[in-house]
Amino acid sequence: MEEFINVGKRIPKMDAEEKVTGKAIYIHDLKIPGMLHGKILYSPHPHAKIKSIDTSKAEKLPGVKAVLTGYNIPPIKFGFYKDNTPLKANKVCSLRDEVAAVAATDLDIAEEALDLIKVEYEILPGVFDPEEAMKEGAPLIHEEHVGGKEKKPTNVLNLPWRLIAGDVEEARKNSAFVAEDRFKVTWVTHCCMGTSGCVAQFDLKNNLTVYSITQIPSLEQRDFTEALAAMGLKGKKARVIKTMIGGGFGSKLDTYAFEYIAILLAFKTRKPVKIVFSREEEFFATSPRQPAIIDIAQGCTKEGILTFRDIRMILDNGAYTSWGATTPSVMMMPISSLYKVPNVRYIAKCVYTNNTYSQAMRGYGNPQATFAIDSQMDILAEMAGIDPLDFRLRNANTPGEVTPQNFKIVSCGLRECIDAVAQKLDWRQSRGKRDGRGVGMASLIHVGGGARVYKSDGCGTIIKIDDFGTVNVFTGATDMGQGSDTVIAQIVAEELGVRVEDVVVTHTDTDICPWDVGAHASRTTFVAGNSARGAAKKVKEQLLEIAAKSISESPENLDIRDRTIYSKKDPEKKSPLGKVLRAAHYAAGGSMVMGEYFYDPNNENLDREFKGNLSVTYAYGTHGVEVEVDKETGQVKILRYVAAHDVGKAINPMLLEGQVYGGATQGIGYALTERLILQNGKVMNPNFLDYKMLTAKDVPNFETIVVETNDEFGPFGAKGIGEPGLVPTAPAIANAIYDAVGVRIKDLPITPEKVLGALKEKAK
Amino acid sequence: MKQTINFTLNGELVEVEIEPHLTLLQLLRDKLELIGTKEGCGMGECGACTVLLDGKTVNSCIFPAMEVEGKKVVTIEGLMDAQGNLHPIQKAFVEQGAVQCGFCTPGMVLSAKALLDENPKPTEEEIRHGIAGNLCRCTGYIQIIEAIKAVSGQ
Repeated sequence: MEEFINVGKRIPKMDAEEKVTGKAIYIHDLKIPGMLHGKILYSPHPHAKIKSIDTSKAEKLPGVKAVLTGYNIPPIKFGFYKDNTPLKANKVCSLRDEVAAVAATDLDIAEEALDLIKVEYEILPGVFDPEEAMKEGAPLIHEEHVGGKEKKPTNVLNLPWRLIAGDVEEARKNSAFVAEDRFKVTWVTHCCMGTSGCVAQFDLKNNLTVYSITQIPSLEQRDFTEALAAMGLKGKKARVIKTMIGGGFGSKLDTYAFEYIAILLAFKTRKPVKIVFSREEEFFATSPRQPAIIDIAQGCTKEGILTFRDIRMILDNGAYTSWGATTPSVMMMPISSLYKVPNVRYIAKCVYTNNTYSQAMRGYGNPQATFAIDSQMDILAEMAGIDPLDFRLRNANTPGEVTPQNFKIVSCGLRECIDAVAQKLDWRQSRGKRDGRGVGMASLIHVGGGARVYKSDGCGTIIKIDDFGTVNVFTGATDMGQGSDTVIAQIVAEELGVRVEDVVVTHTDTDICPWDVGAHASRTTFVAGNSARGAAKKVKEQLLEIAAKSISESPENLDIRDRTIYSKKDPEKKSPLGKVLRAAHYAAGGSMVMGEYFYDPNNENLDREFKGNLSVTYAYGTHGVEVEVDKETGQVKILRYVAAHDVGKAINPMLLEGQVYGGATQGIGYALTERLILQNGKVMNPNFLDYKMLTAKDVPNFETIVVETNDEFGPFGAKGIGEPGLVPTAPAIANAIYDAVGVRIKDLPITPEKVLGALKEKAK
Repeated sequence: MKQTINFTLNGELVEVEIEPHLTLLQLLRDKLELIGTKEGCGMGECGACTVLLDGKTVNSCIFPAMEVEGKKVVTIEGLMDAQGNLHPIQKAFVEQGAVQCGFCTPGMVLSAKALLDENPKPTEEEIRHGIAGNLCRCTGYIQIIEAIKAVSGQ
């Protein structure tokens, strides 16, 4: 095994000191001279016609610099379907619909101005249940939206998610056991501790700068460039500069109305305009995880070999279509490829309702689908009379496998993960007692080597080294707290033979940093890491070439270690890196050492049948829990929590553990406590008292097991780990509850009321 | 009508004229430009705005600024020593991976300080209780708890 100096080490995050001292600048902290504050007026009705808007009083309020409505802005359209506008004209379709916006010299004035805007509405009947919304005669959210063969007006989106592999009907006939169930999952939200916000500013030539907290700087730049064109500013430039990001988790994978509103207000007033959400806005006006109704059937042979998986799903899209409507494409991954299942059918519909529209959230559909699949694995195992552990082992994925969706499995440590969890939990002894204590497990597959969702899955890196050996890395990647800057620095330092503290990573500015598709799909360590390593290799080649002359040794015999270039044949022949760099720089006809690399992984877009090798490699994992269920109160207590992950290689075990702990904690929330409660489209619990995130008193002491399979394509063997930590949590807990008290809860979150209700039902 | 208040802020006497309705958070962030104190919810529910008032934690977002008259306020900016060295709690947070997005961190560090000042050898349960008012969405709290244990020599 190769001995690494920087890779595999528990190196503290590069921005941690800035953050523990309060010096880090978040969007909330940013002030620009002359800056105005923007506020948004939302619709008080989930579905209504706008009959009139009177902004005259608001405009006259001293300190108000601009008031905009859907009737006096240019025709900007945004979202995956381009069905959304920054401010709504004619009609509102949800309670987060933006109706008017104000820019004023301070926040109090802006808020007062909102109160002075008079809007007359004609209330329309709303629809808040996707199954109701699919019915003939249901209120239409977007009258112009048509679908089906007849091209009739409908609330069902024209996104026919359909994956078919093998023959499900035939396999069903030939199955010894078949389980059929309906699972339901509801809205949960990101709860980034820093609320959303931005500052928009135009220069004298009408070029736009947006200070942003996006996870997709390059795509955001493209969206804003399109918006400029719609504003009559075709050819003008958009620049995105990121401040420190107060949490992402997928919430910043799209552009939102508030950003376009800030841009429009800045253009109108010729001043920088800042919009920052209140916590209440963060709860009701940002996009949560998709709710879904999941009808699932799976079958197996007498011996417990999976025969088929058949899933129909209805997703509540909400009133507008963001990238979130594409989550079924990611759900296809566990549906087709979690455990070996030869015959697969998956049909999903996204349906417009007057609810809040959903978006990406860590796992992007995978936690929803895995909850149904791996809960039902236990149901099916019981029908077949097989221990769920053995059932999973018999069907576990293996290296070299090609799955029904044409995923080519490279490294795969799933069996190791299942075994490790079983061992830690003392599975055979702990299971099957029904005495109020029980164990459960569930597994996951996730993309671990990028994901070709867009035409490019690439990331660029530029490296320059100065006269003193300081390595500046300009990456397309986005560090939103997960620590990608540190991981990239470790990879570059390892490749270049320097120390992490010699590396400065810049990721914040689209004018400086190369293109990247964004911080999604757990792709940053793999894609940005490979990109950084590629650039570092090119720089190293240059360095060795230059050093060859002064050390009088051929470049292939040279290497760099601890800031020194030395001969591998004769280690006495060496020169400090800085000296080599200065000599090259100040020589006649001198040179600077710089390199760039664009890494676009060799993965495939899904084809028309939604098949293709989406990722270069895949991440696996298994979570196991032991719970205690109070039969009097229905309360579920987690006694032990084991999380085993095949990560390829841990570049930084400390940051990796942080991803697993944080992911699993969000997963426990998803399983047991978190729920955005919507009643007729209204978020009833837009605060931390009523939306139950876990506190320090609620989290178990996670036991993490890192399985290193050293993936041949990963940077130093690494695969992605950003999302996997929360994917199998909910089914593992649901399975443990069943083992403890014999009740199966099929809708999330598993509240004490539901457990108690099920226990009472069982006792009948 | 503005009023004058006097208090000790991070070891220095401060005299400032404020509107009486200001919260302590607004005073710190908007008037005194100490942006290290964060607003996470504005309703006293998340703890991101935690500061120390005479050694005890308060949610500065719902605490009236007028009430700090004559008292001692410590914010995250007041934790490093005169030479610019990190406070041991800050150092432990850095070294133990207790920081991800960092938005909850200043409040979390100050809650840890209040806890350790009162109880230098807290049990794990006491640590969890001591930071239960500070929400964190990134870390799952584990490495924060480990950092506080490390400072207390455990």
